[in-house]
Amino acid sequence: MKSYVCPEYIVERDPDRCIRCKVCVNQCSYDTHCYDEEDDCMLSKSENCVNCQRCATFCPTQAITIRPNPNHYRSNANWTQEVLTGIKKQAETGGVVLTGMGCDKPNLTYWDRLLINASQVTNPSIDPLREPMELRTYIGSKPDKLDLETVKGDGIILKTKLAPQLQLETPIMFSAMSYGSISINVHKSLARAATEAGTFYNTGEGGLEKSLYKYGDHVIVQVASGRFGVHPDYLDAGAAIEIKIGQGAKPGIGGHLPGEKVTEEISKTRMIPLGTDALSPAPQHDIYSIEDLRQLIYALKEATDYTKPVFVKIAAVHNAAAIASGIVRAGADAVVLDGIRGGTGAAPRITRDNVGIPIEMALAAVDQRLRDEGIRNKASVIAAGGIKSSADVLKAIALGADACYIATAALVSLGCTVCQKCYTGKCPWGIATTDLWLTKRINPDIGAKRLAGLLRGWSLEIMEMMGGMGINAIESVRGNRLVLRGVGLTDKELEILGVRMVGD
Amino acid sequence: MTRKMVTTCEKGKLAESLIRKDKSALIDATGIYYRDLNSLLRSLDSEGIEKIQICNVYGQRYIGTNLDNHLRIDIYGTPGNDLGAFMNGANITVHGNVQDACGNTMDHGQIVVHGRAGDLVGHSMRGGKIFIRDDAGYRVGIHMKEYVSKRPIIVIGGTAQDFLGEYMAGGVLVVLGLNMKGEIRHNARFVGTGMHGGKMFIRGEVRHVGEEVTITDLTEEDTLLLKGLVEEFCGYYDLDAEKILENKFNKLIPVSSRPYGNLYAY
Ligand code: SF4
Ligand code: SF4
Repeated sequence: MKSYVCPEYIVERDPDRCIRCKVCVNQCSYDTHCYDEEDDCMLSKSENCVNCQRCATFCPTQAITIRPNPNHYRSNANWTQEVLTGIKKQAETGGVVLTGMGCDKPNLTYWDRLLINASQVTNPSIDPLREPMELRTYIGSKPDKLDLETVKGDGIILKTKLAPQLQLETPIMFSAMSYGSISINVHKSLARAATEAGTFYNTGEGGLEKSLYKYGDHVIVQVASGRFGVHPDYLDAGAAIEIKIGQGAKPGIGGHLPGEKVTEEISKTRMIPLGTDALSPAPQHDIYSIEDLRQLIYALKEATDYTKPVFVKIAAVHNAAAIASGIVRAGADAVVLDGIRGGTGAAPRITRDNVGIPIEMALAAVDQRLRDEGIRNKASVIAAGGIKSSADVLKAIALGADACYIATAALVSLGCTVCQKCYTGKCPWGIATTDLWLTKRINPDIGAKRLAGLLRGWSLEIMEMMGGMGINAIESVRGNRLVLRGVGLTDKELEILGVRMVGD
Repeated sequence: MTRKMVTTCEKGKLAESLIRKDKSALIDATGIYYRDLNSLLRSLDSEGIEKIQICNVYGQRYIGTNLDNHLRIDIYGTPGNDLGAFMNGANITVHGNVQDACGNTMDHGQIVVHGRAGDLVGHSMRGGKIFIRDDAGYRVGIHMKEYVSKRPIIVIGGTAQDFLGEYMAGGVLVVLGLNMKGEIRHNARFVGTGMHGGKMFIRGEVRHVGEEVTITDLTEEDTLLLKGLVEEFCGYYDLDAEKILENKFNKLIPVSSRPYGNLYAY
């Protein structure tokens, strides 16, 4: 069948600049460029290009430009290029349109309509460069009260037995991305950067590769519906365990790691045969209720002798607040909320862009609900899905998060250009792939440096903004919605966010 | 000579055990909270105890979880949900019935049940063996996996309910239907839905199988495997393997190891 889908991008090569070095041929994993020996010239198949900018970045003479195809269908606010292309693709394949990364629609972001306060005159701002600033964060269940005892000679000692806590030097962790959806070198980079920065990286649901066990103190091991690579050693290896119920990019649906991505190494870590589809069922089949969730939380606590916090991650959905309350009552040490803009290695586009709610609203609603019920201390709240700057982190903390998870931002720091083609497994940046030729493109030493640089940069920015408010401990921002004001929001939106209008 | 061992108490009665000279221990679980019971089991495990009898078990969960050694545990009563969850090597015999999720995500070891089982036997099981003398509930062996030499095995003496072997990705599931009178016809529906690995041997007919399943005859290799498993099963319950093997068995295997390969538009 002739395809009616027109190429999305046009590859242009400046003949005056091109030196026919063939770097582009080697860099592109979509076979876009080729060299014609007979005519000694470079050719491109624009229809293959996904605009990842790999070739343009590596072209030594900057000869390549990738442009959106100017052959656009007649513009139409409803029947957009994306809608038309999707329909044509489906007509030709009869399948579900896949995509990668998070929702790319502009109207689902609230961060940019929230503004942060600063001190002027009435209380002094603090200069973080010269004065102490505290970003340290503890994730885990906090007691209702502390029992102290005065002991002669020893002063005061704490009698309350504290629940296990994770100590973060900055309130930012790396969110779950499975080994299989991303490469081993990305996992190595994440593990090393988390270790260096005093924070944590999440394995995602594909298990933990043997060589990464040594970073265990900075690893959160995930237990998802597929239970891939979940065994006692794995549970013991991590500093915390995360039960994945859902994911912001695809609430309510499972996942398939296609067989061609299940290479020798992946099959070993996931403990499934080579080349079979790795199916993650939509629900966890031992969890059909909050009571069942409690059963799994405690099974994991039993399996690790109550030494590790257990997180429960849900996608931000309409009744997230009530669900979160159930999760806390079920005994979770932390609730992870993943908003609609959260990324993925592969999801049906229709689900990614239409199912779930923005993290800002879910976070505000959950924090408020847990406070109203007097159980906010019983679990930490972690916000994920669409955190793209240090300001977003700070705003999330002011809305009630204890810490944030980032994933897309982490990948961008490694080179990702958010081309949204992760599901093809051919990521030219060597990130969302298991192809050995491509995974080599990430050097874990450099990767770890870049990730640690990102964390350091964001942490410095958070301290700057805190200092500006005259606040010297992140603890004082947490749930402090007075430091935020909203702009361009309706009364109801402001009410749910629990923030006042700018100028108010 | 016997001595007592007591664990710290979370709730309810102190959990205590009598430790005998032959490295065996006896626990009366009456009124003991599951956390105390399991913590006692772990203490005994680390003390090098090899054999534990637990009497009067009434619904305590997670027995067998986080015991690394090759402990032998005899349970008298009805253990609670998640018996042997994430279990790594213990050998449990239950003199009674078991509740839901017995052998959940179990890695290694063995559970022999002299009775019936609830739902979700061997959910996501990755290794080890489970034998159930009588019937089992829904979703037995759902998403079982295997990797090289790690091959989980479940044998159900009676019948099992809907979604038996759903998403099955590896391992061996045997259902014998021993308590069925006349023609053996298992009432389960959606057997093997989403199955993409492993095999099931079912004695008699199945009412309804998932789209992803084909029913075939056993190969010589299968027959040998099945014979071994049935003989082992009969060994635990004192039954006649030969007689059981006289009946026709159906073999259920996945149509493809990639059932959802053509679902997407790229
Ligand atoms: S897919 Fe990427 S590497 Fe290939 S031509 Fe397009 S921009 Fe260049
Ligand atoms: S990870 Fe790779 S494939 Fe995915 S969006 Fe980034 S550059 Fe594209």
